[in-house]
Amino acid sequence: MGKKTLVPLGPYHPLLEEPEFFKLYCDGEIVKEVIWETGYNHRGIEKLCQSKTFEQVFYVVERICGICSTSHPFAYANAVESIPGVEIPERAKYIRSIVGELERVHSHLLWVGLAGHFLGYNTVFMWAWKYREPVLDMFEIITGNRNSYAMFTIGGVRRDISPEQAAQLLKVLDEVERKTTLLVGAVMDDPVIHARLKGVGILTAEDIHDFGAVGPTARASGVDIDVRRDDPYAAYDMIDWKVITANDGDVFAKAEVRLLEMYESISIIKQCLEALKKTEAGDIKVKVKEIPPGIGIGHAEAPRGEVFHFVKSDGGNSPVRHKIRAPSFTCIPTFRRSCVGGTISDAAIATAAVDPCYCCTERMSHVYDYTTGKHIMSAAELIKLSQEKTKNLKAKLKV
Amino acid sequence: MGFKEKCFKKSLWVFHMSAGSCNNCDIEILDCLTPKFDIERFGMKLVGSIRHADVLLVTGIVTRKLLPRIKEVYDQAPKPIVVIAIGACACTGGMFKDSYTFKGPLDTVIPVDAYVPGCPPKPEAMLAGVVKFLNKK
Repeated sequence: MGKKTLVPLGPYHPLLEEPEFFKLYCDGEIVKEVIWETGYNHRGIEKLCQSKTFEQVFYVVERICGICSTSHPFAYANAVESIPGVEIPERAKYIRSIVGELERVHSHLLWVGLAGHFLGYNTVFMWAWKYREPVLDMFEIITGNRNSYAMFTIGGVRRDISPEQAAQLLKVLDEVERKTTLLVGAVMDDPVIHARLKGVGILTAEDIHDFGAVGPTARASGVDIDVRRDDPYAAYDMIDWKVITANDGDVFAKAEVRLLEMYESISIIKQCLEALKKTEAGDIKVKVKEIPPGIGIGHAEAPRGEVFHFVKSDGGNSPVRHKIRAPSFTCIPTFRRSCVGGTISDAAIATAAVDPCYCCTERMSHVYDYTTGKHIMSAAELIKLSQEKTKNLKAKLKV
Repeated sequence: MGFKEKCFKKSLWVFHMSAGSCNNCDIEILDCLTPKFDIERFGMKLVGSIRHADVLLVTGIVTRKLLPRIKEVYDQAPKPIVVIAIGACACTGGMFKDSYTFKGPLDTVIPVDAYVPGCPPKPEAMLAGVVKFLNKK
């Protein structure tokens, strides 16, 4: 094998929105190995959650990630409500689904824009983000904020959707649906996009099983998983929708899955809005007096895949253990299959294809030697160790 | 009018640095570029390197691992540079102030010229922050 060259990406790199560090080991132009270094964005949220009350944790988990700011509260709500076994009102279920699917629409539009930007199609970037704005405005009308919606609470939701808002939302959805068709046409019919994306960053179904990848990443490789259908929560088992899959596993398939999922989301929201009319206005919350001791497990399908929350309660007013697993945690390691063997110029779109969200995934990293299991120290730790030895020697020699 | 305000009367080039942020503020900064808000009509644009920038936008809390990197990015910046703390996290620490990786608000690490509070601040608020700073007497 020839000489390997290291191409560092990050921690601050024009390609990346967030502080992340990738080491691409290249032989010529071909990527041979990808190493991902994490921990820059680690904020200690699991520990922080244990110092908040059950109600307050919603607003902390919402800020794990700005784009998935419904998915985390969704999964947390499922987890906490499973401890006392609360059944939330039907209207709250529909409202939860509406907010969740609206988020999927805005997240997928955002991804389409960013992918266009990475490919050099800045017009797609501007268009997709322009069409995303009405969705954010709708969020502001329904929940009071463009991002971080603070919509969820234990036992239901905090705000109702009025008939006027529903009518407005329907109008926006029709507009978004038209624009989605436009974007689908722009992506599916462009020969350059076909040439850039087909056959790039291929993940086979076997790769998906090896890494445990979830969400659109898995569905684009023919793995038919979706928490919304497999373990229905909120209103997903009360309405009619289907899971979108593709078989090629390349970046094009992932784009296809996301674009077509937007149609499904729009259809889900429309059905939910229709169903809202049949339920009584204002019946959006049941009172939950206390969370008994026990463990709760909840998951939800975020735009990027399955979000998993584990909550342990001892009967007090705050969780004693809160464990979070975001979808990007399993999707990001697939870079080792999708980027390796491709060129450096394809690495950008192959990494962007899983829609990685680093702030969801961040955790402390400790490096251990694979063979001996010993902790590998950083330079600062080695210097500290060396200084300590001198100090001990000084004490011993009484200098 | 201070020295800095005098230097930055013309088009501003902006470098965006995400410290330990949740992406919200970063997305809203990118939103400023897109057709609805379109700050490029004022000659502002996002640049890829701090060495080309007049303004440094920082979002998110200062985490333990990022502390030396934030200082390094600030040192690499051509002076004078305007530092704007975007969002509650960068201004004060917000809800992450009790976290074990929190290393103080941004202004304890590098000098900050303007604060835009909010979680996340709306793109209008960011534009208003910049305009207020430039009109400072």
